[in-house]
Amino acid sequence: MQIARVIGAVVATIKDPSFDSIKLLLVQPIGADGEDVGRPLVAVDSVGAGVGEQVFFVRGKEASFPWHPIEVPADAGIVGIIDHYTVSK
Amino acid sequence: MLLAKIVGTVVATRKDPRLVSSKLLLARPVDPKGKTEGNYLVAIDTVDAGVGETVLIVSGSSARMAAGMKDTPVDAAVVGIIDSVDLSE
Repeated sequence: MQIARVIGAVVATIKDPSFDSIKLLLVQPIGADGEDVGRPLVAVDSVGAGVGEQVFFVRGKEASFPWHPIEVPADAGIVGIIDHYTVSK
Repeated sequence: MLLAKIVGTVVATRKDPRLVSSKLLLARPVDPKGKTEGNYLVAIDTVDAGVGETVLIVSGSSARMAAGMKDTPVDAAVVGIIDSVDLSE
């Protein structure tokens, strides 16, 4: 899993029927000190995350597991909203 | 998932039999503001997308979970046509 910041939302009317009523969010992966790492991507949301929140997300087929047994064609999915985290130096 | 712009189509007569009657599209990833970046990729179309549209592409094994793609040898599928991207930052 990776940590990221939610930076926006994506709207699509025509989409795979399995996506119906699933929220699509833009997430920007971040490092431990909160700086951006790599490119933003679109992730499905299973926990009710919103713009500005720090979240963690899974990549790959596991992104669809929250909707099991529906096979949602997603390769990135938000599975948790971060309250806080600490980094030991 | 990636945001991408459809830049062309791909035609192949000889291909895996499970790809017969699938439309192949040439896409280029875009950032949330619409600027193209990175490498071109070939994706199977499952939502009747066309050249010039911004789409949502799922990659990896999740692409096989798109409608009608079960057991087909694909690693990228177009699963949505983007209406808008709300970037809040």
